[in-house]
Amino acid sequence: MATLARLQARSTFLAQQYYFRNSVVDIFRKKEYDAAVKIQSWFRGCRVRAYLRHLHRVATVIQKCWRGYLGRQQYQLIVKLAFCSMKMNLYNAMAVRIQKQWRGYRIRKYCFNYFYYKEYLRAVSETNDAIREALEEFAEMKEREDKKADLERKEKKKGYEARKMHYLLSTKQIPGIYNSPFRKDPDPWELRLQKAKPLISQRPKVKKISVSVSNWPAYASPQVLPQPKILPPIDRKPCQGPFRDITEVLEQRYKPLEPTLRVAEPINELQAAREELRKQECMRNIHDDMFLPFSSYNKNKKYIPLMHSSSKYGPDSYGSQHFRDENPTKWLCNKLEAN
Amino acid sequence: MSQRQVLQVFEQYQKARTQFVQMVAELATRPQNIETLQNAGVMSLLRPLLLDVVPTIQQTAALALGRLANYNDDLAEAVVKGDILPQLVYSLAEQNRFYKKAAAFVLQAVGKHSPQLAQAIVDCGALDTLVICLEDFDPGVKEAAASALGFIARHNAELSQAVVDAGAVPLLVLCIQEPEIALKRIAASALSDISKHSPELAQTVVDAGAIAHLAQMILNPDSKLKRQILSALSQIAKHSVDLAEMVVEAEIFPVVLTCLKDKDEYVKKNASTLIREIAKHTPELSQLVVNAGGVAAVTDCIGSCKGNIRLPGIMMLGYVAAHSENLAMAVIISKGVPQLSLCLAEEPEDHIKAAAAWALGQIGRHTPEHARAVAVTNTLPVLLSLYLSAESSEDLQIKSKKAIKSILQKCTYLPALEPFLYDAPPNILKHVVGQFSKVLPHDSKARRLFVTSGGLKKVQEIKAEPGSLLQEYINTINNCYPEEIVRYYSPGYSETLLQRVDSYQPLIN
Repeated sequence: MATLARLQARSTFLAQQYYFRNSVVDIFRKKEYDAAVKIQSWFRGCRVRAYLRHLHRVATVIQKCWRGYLGRQQYQLIVKLAFCSMKMNLYNAMAVRIQKQWRGYRIRKYCFNYFYYKEYLRAVSETNDAIREALEEFAEMKEREDKKADLERKEKKKGYEARKMHYLLSTKQIPGIYNSPFRKDPDPWELRLQKAKPLISQRPKVKKISVSVSNWPAYASPQVLPQPKILPPIDRKPCQGPFRDITEVLEQRYKPLEPTLRVAEPINELQAAREELRKQECMRNIHDDMFLPFSSYNKNKKYIPLMHSSSKYGPDSYGSQHFRDENPTKWLCNKLEAN
Repeated sequence: MSQRQVLQVFEQYQKARTQFVQMVAELATRPQNIETLQNAGVMSLLRPLLLDVVPTIQQTAALALGRLANYNDDLAEAVVKGDILPQLVYSLAEQNRFYKKAAAFVLQAVGKHSPQLAQAIVDCGALDTLVICLEDFDPGVKEAAASALGFIARHNAELSQAVVDAGAVPLLVLCIQEPEIALKRIAASALSDISKHSPELAQTVVDAGAIAHLAQMILNPDSKLKRQILSALSQIAKHSVDLAEMVVEAEIFPVVLTCLKDKDEYVKKNASTLIREIAKHTPELSQLVVNAGGVAAVTDCIGSCKGNIRLPGIMMLGYVAAHSENLAMAVIISKGVPQLSLCLAEEPEDHIKAAAAWALGQIGRHTPEHARAVAVTNTLPVLLSLYLSAESSEDLQIKSKKAIKSILQKCTYLPALEPFLYDAPPNILKHVVGQFSKVLPHDSKARRLFVTSGGLKKVQEIKAEPGSLLQEYINTINNCYPEEIVRYYSPGYSETLLQRVDSYQPLIN
């Protein structure tokens, strides 16, 4: 019983302890439970997180690959574009180079050739100078000619006046007005008067027609009819008196000769004709030897007889009586035997 | 009365008539007598004497009529109204050469005054008889007929056409080949009068083979003949390119250039007219003239003449330079520009100055080189003064303005442009400032000179509406300089500086 009492005394304590220990254990259990829960939740969380991490990683990988793919596509586009633009720039630069050269060439050759232009302007200025010189010379020449003509005219006029005033020339007795005795030298007009020929009024000059016997053939040919140089006035009245008409008279006087045929031909006509022919041939021919006729052309050759008939052996056996005649005396073998 | 006494009466009458007509003819040579003669009614007295029995009286009466009609319009009309012309024409066909000469002289004297009188002559059928006179043997008759035809054809194209239709042109070409100089002169002048009206008439003259004969006679020493020949050739060449080429093919160059050195002024004028008419058509013809040295010869000719004689030469230089810049450069190297500026400065007449201004404008408008060549001779101020002066005619003002504008648009020679900043009117100032704005951004020496010569100061003083072209040019110029300098030269800078001094708070330590 003591134990019971003790147990009952301790029961409250026990109960307390029991409660306390249970509550402590409870608390402890709660703690442990909480801890366990915490650990589990933490672990679960870790698992989930790991899973999520994994998922994230995987998603990232996928996205990464996809993004890489897209990016590479873009990149390729960019590279293509950059390459194209680089190419185009290069082509443009080269085309500009070609165009530059071509434009320079075209302008220099077809539109504006600087050196040709310069040369042309130089040639123009040279031509100008030449023309200016030539025109100056021409003007000078003209002036000189004019002056000369002027002087000549004046001279001529003075000469004519001197000729007209020739009577003013001084004589031995009377000095002329230009040769005053009080002067040292005579006036230049005096000298001019001395030189001048006196002027006389002009008479019409009549030319004589000289007709000599040696001109007989002139009368024979009908064309030459001596015409007077000065024609008679048109409406001259016919002179009074028993005169025949002047044209009739002239016709009769200058009638040409009309010989007969016998008189017209010369007497040695045949000989003259032969001479004429000979002269013509002489003129025409190259040399005077005549061509010989062909028949006597070959007759100058000496006769050459046949060899058969002219040899010392005489005619052959063919010339003997019978064709196959034998002549044993002529055989050579006999003669050889004999030797 | 005996027969002799009767005949004596008739002889006296004839003597009286002869004396009367000879005296009238002699009096008619002096102009002061003609009024008196007209008032005395000489026309009505002379008319029946034309039909007189005695040939000498007829001839002298015709001569007197011709001299009277020559003097005055009214007398010529009186001749026409008095129905004298048909009688003259009728007797032209039959009479001897003295009468023909006198009658042709009357026709010439009547026809030269006005187109209506010339038409009256054509209407009475005188042209055919005149053409028949051209075939006569006597050179005096041919001369009188040719001069009558020339005077008739001078007035207008229809009358010329009537003369050509009467078949005068081949006969005139034959007349030119005759040895008498006076006849050649008059035939050449008649051809010139015919061909001046229209290209078809000129073509008719050319078809008759006139050009070759005219070209041969350029070498003839007689000055009056040369005048007429050059005038005829220039009238032919002026109408079209083909005619000008035909004239050139007759190998007139370089012989024509010797005519430019002739002593006679009108020969020089007509020669330069001919060269001008040839050069104005196409660049190729101008090139031909330049290659033959024509520009130098014409320039010298301009230098040796005065007044109206110079005018065709000046115009020729302008036409040549107008075609292309190479030809303008050829004119420049032939020393044409100093000569033209001399003409511009010293000629009193406005129309010659206008021509010189036009020619200078044509030379200077092509490239900066050309504008520089013109500007160097200091002609731009002269042109400006002509443009601004109130005494110049309108034509001169217009031409000088155009010349200044065209030269300024290409001029990069700044020393010549600077005076313009000071006294040019606004429309020209715009161009000047524009040129400065084109040149200054690229040339540092020019910028310095611009500042030191006071040009920048002047530019600042110009008032321009904002947004206008002038303002843009001024801005371009201002942008060439640092801001301080622009502000320094802007007007009223000293006032702003002083204001700053006034408003400055001194630093008190």
